[in-house]
Parts: sequence; structure tokens; C-alpha cells
Amino acid sequence: MSKRIGIEVAVAAAEAAALCRFDVAAVYPITPQSHVAEHLSNIVADGRIDAEFITVESEHSAMSAAMGASATGARVVTATSSQGLMYMHEVLPIASAMRLPIVMAIANRAVSGPLNILNDHSDIMPQRDSGWISLFAENGQEVVDMMIQAFKIAEHRDVQLPVNVNIDGFQLTHMVEPLEMPDQKEVDKFLPPYKPYATLHPDKPVSMGTFAMNDVYTEVMKAKDAALVNSKEVILAVWKEWEKRFGRAYEPIEGYRVKGAEILMLTMGSMGETAAVAIDELRKKGIPAGLLKMKLWRPFPFDELKKAVKGAKTLIVTDRAVSFGGPGGPVAGEVRSALYDQPTRPAIINEIIGLGGRDMMVEHFMEIVMKAAKAGRKKRKEAYEFYGVREA
Amino acid sequence: MIEVRWHGRGGQGAVTSVELLALAAIEEGKYAQGFPSFGPERRGAPVAAFNRVDGKQIKIRSGIYHPDTVVVLDEGLVGLVNVAEGLKPEGVLIVNTAKTPAEVRKTIKFKGKIAAVDATAIARKELGVPITNTTMIGALVRLTGIVKLDSLKVPVEHRFGRIAIKNLTAMKRAFDEVNIG
Amino acid sequence: MAAKKWPENWQNVNRGCVVFRPGSAGDYHTGSWRAQQPVWDNVKCIKCGLCYIVCPEGCISEGSDGYYSADLDYCKGCGICTHECWPRAIKMVEEG
Ligand code: SF4
Ligand code: SF4
Repeated sequence: MSKRIGIEVAVAAAEAAALCRFDVAAVYPITPQSHVAEHLSNIVADGRIDAEFITVESEHSAMSAAMGASATGARVVTATSSQGLMYMHEVLPIASAMRLPIVMAIANRAVSGPLNILNDHSDIMPQRDSGWISLFAENGQEVVDMMIQAFKIAEHRDVQLPVNVNIDGFQLTHMVEPLEMPDQKEVDKFLPPYKPYATLHPDKPVSMGTFAMNDVYTEVMKAKDAALVNSKEVILAVWKEWEKRFGRAYEPIEGYRVKGAEILMLTMGSMGETAAVAIDELRKKGIPAGLLKMKLWRPFPFDELKKAVKGAKTLIVTDRAVSFGGPGGPVAGEVRSALYDQPTRPAIINEIIGLGGRDMMVEHFMEIVMKAAKAGRKKRKEAYEFYGVREA
Repeated sequence: MIEVRWHGRGGQGAVTSVELLALAAIEEGKYAQGFPSFGPERRGAPVAAFNRVDGKQIKIRSGIYHPDTVVVLDEGLVGLVNVAEGLKPEGVLIVNTAKTPAEVRKTIKFKGKIAAVDATAIARKELGVPITNTTMIGALVRLTGIVKLDSLKVPVEHRFGRIAIKNLTAMKRAFDEVNIG
Repeated sequence: MAAKKWPENWQNVNRGCVVFRPGSAGDYHTGSWRAQQPVWDNVKCIKCGLCYIVCPEGCISEGSDGYYSADLDYCKGCGICTHECWPRAIKMVEEG
């Protein structure tokens, strides 16, 4: 039986990895970290599970060590944040190209400069094209569930890709809140031991991380893209199974009060909860607003998005990062391109919100929606807006 | 929903207080949040920490700007930071001090209810150290009924092991001795 | 030289490009890159084994007499062995 407990979410993420009986954790303790790393090390040091904790000298090494361990067939977990993730960047596409099912908890935080470290999504967005499956959690419960689901998805024979679980830094990682911690027996039933496709072992030698020039690189890239695209089917199946076993449903894009909604707002991560409260308030005022909470960022849920926005007049896409000199926020850029070939599509408004820990309260979300309601389909001058920026 | 803001200095355990209080509320089957003021942690610097407690699921994840209750762990912070900032007029301000609530009122711009408890003296006596974070929970519980005092037993025992009993005694004393002005 | 066997199509790319046949690097005869080849003078050689250690191709081996020689199928003529052999027992000579 799962147990309702109060726990800090970062600690819960590590506990979830322990329920998955990870074999190796390779993490660097700062630049900056969260309690995920600290608690993974506690779990190993206390001998609670039979695992190795590899202390490395950087995040670049953390991912490299994680890859080496994964290549031997170990179940591997790591965690990072902000600059640490940026430093890891070089190694991320290699992990996915080598099809190593590593699971990484990311405490999403702003990147320098200026030095900030508070919550936004500017660390994960540059990793978008690394070939990792990317999940976004909204609350502590989803963090625990997604950490466990992540291993099942990553290790599935038809997937075999690394997965990152995005956890809003501070807003989620530092929050003590109630959640259901699944029982070890239930997790064991859900997650069988990892059966690797190939391992580094002297008894049956193989080569990994090989060389591929222009005569084959294109085919390799196509195969990697197909792996990401095809992983969605497995993700959906894993979520179905999760719902059956644990009673909590997951969807790539979860709708909240979308019935009859003319104005939709799309969020990723923990702000979905505060935004949901704003939607409740707006509905009380008779404004037909609804919320779309995107949980799956890679592979991008094209079909689900198209379905979700059908009938809406306006879609407000919130972004927690900026593609400087580009289309505004990365999420809005992708949403626009995903809907481009639709015969009818909503007007799209891009609000860049909550940068570097700027707080977003219920009234802020209400203001955004009410402004959109007033503007109707009138075209905006700007393709995107830095919400709440102080102007001269 | 009750929202609480704690004022302390880095190292005085305000974050532990919010964690213990949240755990006690969750223990009672309620919903709760406990979180620090976000950012780097620096020993000695003024810090704040926060709680939300409610009977139903808490969805709001923004900061707390208009708390129902403010707890001040370190009297020295009064005057350094505006501890009553945003505090609801019908709310309560609980200060660790040897002064009376009436004396405290002279130094703080707050018209609502003020409570005072000499948590430092209690902590020195019961714990042997002037660390008041657990002691002050007792005063908070008395003033707000946010949780039952008994509900703190499990989280405090889990956190402090063999010195839990001393912390629980200090908490109970603050509960009994808090001076409500 | 063994024929290169690329996957015919992307569907045939091994997952993660794993190569399951050990020693497949031996298919590449790097000897074809050589413009000069190392020639040993065993009179000067003191059998220290340094050339064996430093050869980036790993193509130098020790004979039953304790002297060293290169497998010319793989020796790419880089000259490192010659450079490192301090009794100057190895010379690079033009091919052909
Ligand atoms: S390095 Fe020179 S001396 Fe040493 S074993 Fe090789 S050839 Fe002989
Ligand atoms: S020339 Fe280079 S490749 Fe050839 S034997 Fe010497 S070190 Fe090895």
C-alpha cells in the first residue's frame, strides 16, 4: 500500500529513484544542486539499497560516468540544475545516441548571467535537441510518479533513451508537501529489472560510441529521431499502466476546465497549479477560460496539442525561457509551428513569465487571460511579451 | 487556509520549523506546504520561511505576501526588517522576547494581536542552547490552533531522535507560557 | 582489405550504433596510409619495449628473439616509434 507522507520534493525524487533500485548514482554536488543529489548519497551511504554513488569532479563527468555505468547494464540516476546542466550539455546527445536509459532529475533554474539560480526553464530549453525524453512535473506527486515512470519508459526495449524529469527549482524542489509514496512491492511489480540490449562485458565484447562519417551519420540521426518519435506510444502505454496500478492518470497535455473554453492558457511545470486557481476565479467571473498543462515536451505531443486547442479562439502560451532574437519563448515557437497547417487555429499569444524566480500569483495569470479576452482576435503588435517587465 | 511567515536568521532553524509544522499538519490528514525564502543560504542573514495549511488541496505555489500569522524567532530582527509587512490586520504577530506584548507594540507598526514568549529563556533551560525554532512552534499552535500540539510528536521525534523529548517539552512550555496581549 | 559494411538503411542501424563483432577495427588496414615505414636495426636495439608501448596503432609486437617489428598491414608510418626510440634503433625509410 502506498503511504501518504509529508516530504521535501527533492528528497522525494531521490526516494523514488531508490524505489526503482538504481545501481549507480553519479552526481556532482554543486553549481548548483538540490537535495536530490544529497539524498541519493544518503540512501547509498546508509546501505538502504545495493548501489554505488560516484563522486565526480563536474557535471560533464557526472554524465560521462553515468553513461559508462549505464553501458555496463546498470540502472543509473543523476541530477543537476542550471549551470550544471549547461556544463553537461556536451555529453547529453551522446547518451541519447548511445541509447543509454539514464534518468536525470533536473531542478530547473535560471542560467547565468547575471548569476541568479532561481526558478525558470532556461536551463532545460537549450537541451531540447539533445535527443532526451523530457517530462515536466507539476507537483511533488508528479515528481515521484514521473521518476518511477521514467525508468520504465527509458528502459523499454522499443525506447532505450535517456529521460529527464523537470522539477521547478525551489518552487518544487524546496517544498515540503504531502504526497503518496508508492510501496516497494508495487514499484517492483511495475518496474522489472533492466534488461539491456547490449552491455560492456569482457565475456561478450562489443564496441559502443563508435565513429560514423558522412556515409552513415544521416542514417544514424534518422534512427535517433525515429526512436524519439516512436517513444510516445510507449510513454502513453506506461502512463495507462500507471493509472491502472496507482490510480493517477497522466496525459501529454492535461486539460483543466477546457469544456467550452474560448481562451486557453498553456503552462509547463509547477505554475500550472497557480494558473488553475486563476482559471477557477475567471470562470466564476463568467470568462470562458481553460488551462492546458503540458507534461511531455519531448517527444512533442503534436496530435494531442491539435486536439486540445480545437474550438478555442485564443491560446496563451506561457514560456519560462527566451529564445533571444528568435520567436519569443521556445514553447510558443513550437506550438505555433505545430498548429501552422491546421485549417483553423486559435490566435496565439506568447507570454514570457516567471524569469529568474519572478513570482507569478493568481492575479497575474488572471490579468494575462483578461487582457487576452479583451483583445479578442485583434492582432498584437509583438509576437511575444515579457510579462510584467518594467518599461521606461 | 492559514498562511504563516517565519522570520529568523540563517542557521536559526526557521526552515526546520516550517518543515515540522507542515509534517504535523500532513500527519493530521491536512494539506500543507513548508518552504524557505528562495535563494542562497547565508548564516546570520535575515531569512524568512513560510507555511500554508488547509483542509483541502493547496494549489497556489506563489509566495506569501499577506500572512495570517507572523512568527519572529529573533527579536533583533525587529527594526532590521519589517516583520509586520503585509500581515493581515486580523492576524497575529508572535515574537520571541522577554518583553510584554504592550512593550513590543511600541516598536512595531502593527495594530492587530501581538503575542510574546521568552522562547530564548525556555530553550536555554530545556535544550541548553538558545535555539528557539521548535519552542516557537508551541506559541504558534496555541495562538492559531493550526495543528494539535500532539501532532508534532512524530515529526519532532523523527527529526531529533533522543533530544526530541527536550524539544517537545520546550514547545509545550511556550504553548503554556505565551503572553497574549 | 575487407569490404565496408554500412547499414543499407536507417532501419538497419544498430541501436546506439553498437558493434557486436569484436575486433572489427581490424578490418581497416591503416597500412595503406603509409608513406614511410619503420626499419629496425637490432644491433642498436636494447629491447626496452618502448616502441611497442608508444605505437598508436598497437601494431608493434615482440618476436620470439625478443626484438620488435611492425605489422605493415596496420603500421601507418607515423614515425612515433622512431622518434621515441632513444638508442636510435629505428629509421623511417621511404616506401617502395
Ligand atoms: S624502442 Fe628502440 S630500443 Fe626500445 S625496444 Fe623498440 S627498437 Fe628496441
Ligand atoms: S610508424 Fe607509427 S604506426 Fe608504424 S610502427 Fe611506428 S609507431 Fe607504429
